[in-house]
Amino acid sequence: MAECWRPYRVLLGSRMRAQTAYRRSFVSDVLGSVAIGVMEFAEVYIVFANVDVLGELDFAAAALVFALANLGFSLADLLVGHVDTLPVYLREGTLDAFLLRPLPVLAQLVTSDVSLRRLGRIGVAVVVLAVALPLNDIEWTAARVALLVLTPLTAAAIFAGLFVCAAAVQFWLVEGAEVTSAFTYGGSYASAYPASIFSLPMRLLFTFVVPAAFAAYLPVLVLLDLPGPAGTPQWLGWCTPLAAVAVWAVALLGWRAGLRHYTGTGS
Amino acid sequence: MRLFATLVVLGFRRWSTYRLATAAGAFTNTVFGLIKASIMVGAIGAAGGELAGYDARTGATYAWLVQALVATVNVFNWSELALRVRDGDIAIDLARPVDPQLAYLAGFVGRAIHQLIPRGGPPLLAGALVTGLALPSTPLPYLLGAVSVVLGVCVSFGVWWLVNLSAFWLVELRGVLTLNVVAMAILSGLAIPVHWFPDWLATLAALTPYPSILQTPVDIVTARVEGTAALGELAVQVAWLAGVLLLGRLVFARGARKLVVQGG
Repeated sequence: MAECWRPYRVLLGSRMRAQTAYRRSFVSDVLGSVAIGVMEFAEVYIVFANVDVLGELDFAAAALVFALANLGFSLADLLVGHVDTLPVYLREGTLDAFLLRPLPVLAQLVTSDVSLRRLGRIGVAVVVLAVALPLNDIEWTAARVALLVLTPLTAAAIFAGLFVCAAAVQFWLVEGAEVTSAFTYGGSYASAYPASIFSLPMRLLFTFVVPAAFAAYLPVLVLLDLPGPAGTPQWLGWCTPLAAVAVWAVALLGWRAGLRHYTGTGS
Repeated sequence: MRLFATLVVLGFRRWSTYRLATAAGAFTNTVFGLIKASIMVGAIGAAGGELAGYDARTGATYAWLVQALVATVNVFNWSELALRVRDGDIAIDLARPVDPQLAYLAGFVGRAIHQLIPRGGPPLLAGALVTGLALPSTPLPYLLGAVSVVLGVCVSFGVWWLVNLSAFWLVELRGVLTLNVVAMAILSGLAIPVHWFPDWLATLAALTPYPSILQTPVDIVTARVEGTAALGELAVQVAWLAGVLLLGRLVFARGARKLVVQGG
């Protein structure tokens, strides 16, 4: 068993060594990633510098939504965010090298990199979470603790699945790759705010098509015992793992179809 | 002048080749516009229908306009110069009988002109359909706004030029470029209008050229600032433009003096 993971371990280990070899570059990369996290939180902060409540959530609750969504997204970004470089491989014809190796292409692509710099953004999300959690009035039960622990992981799974869905579509789009950013980065953007501010069609889109609301908003409704807005009741918060499974099912089917559609450009 | 115009046209053509990429970018700008407009309208609603001079309609218009202009003023990426410094191609630019800063500015403006309609039209159209747009009905704000957008594009170039010049002294630039994107995304008003900032952040923003890139053009186009106040804002933009371009020339000259390119 351990033997079949070895190639991936070696690949990832080499990537990590490569990224940390140049200390100063690595530090500046991590700082850049911290800055992205701080910027995203600044947006929420500025909104709440003007209002007390947004979408029926106060600042503490909105910060909780932000922290969980960001933690999930930046974990996914660290682990699989680099699959959005697939169009580069397609254009340059370097995907063929992956096809020649006796390992699944998706697994190779995912383990071909790990963006350690994104630890910076994860750090920001963890700090916001640590500050926001005690500020919220949560009636702790075993089930809610479990949900809190599970949420960042399932959120990461949702966003990772969205990244793979996006990569799958690249086999057809290539040049039009940016379309998918609307759903990966756009999904992340939407997930960091209470979904109750969206109009009903948009809320349904970001709940049932691009399940961004499952990443943080719906679980937070459960944690705070708040009723959800029309179309997205509170109990959906417990269904986050189902959303992750659904995204991955679509992602893997799409990836298979995409890879079959691919024809190399030759050498 | 003829040379500048030719370089602008070439910059335009370089981008007009990739139609699908442009359409894809416009689509993404539009989706982000939807989310941004929702956040703004939500916040304005929570504030009781009016927030720092924005009501639901003008707030949504703000969100759609920044999304329509974000590609034109190029908030997210320009590292062409830095890459040429790193791989030594800058030597070719230095050997040309053209001022490098002016030549790159021309390319940047050509790109901006190309992006204006195809990247700006779809978000505005979506805005008109989804939330409605609150736009002035007299021609003057558009005229001044057009000048302001051009100035905004040039200020953005000046800032990117300066950031890129750090390639003369640093090898790995991703961190520095990211910091600039972050500063620009917040302080230009892309994320949230500068008028919503708490005092300390508004002061900080006013000390940087970033608001001149997006906030000012949008303020003028929507006639939030009119008449002499609008002229005053344009003057601020011109001052920042002169500042960043001049500083850019000085730093470039220093960097070029220090530069060593391996010949072959």
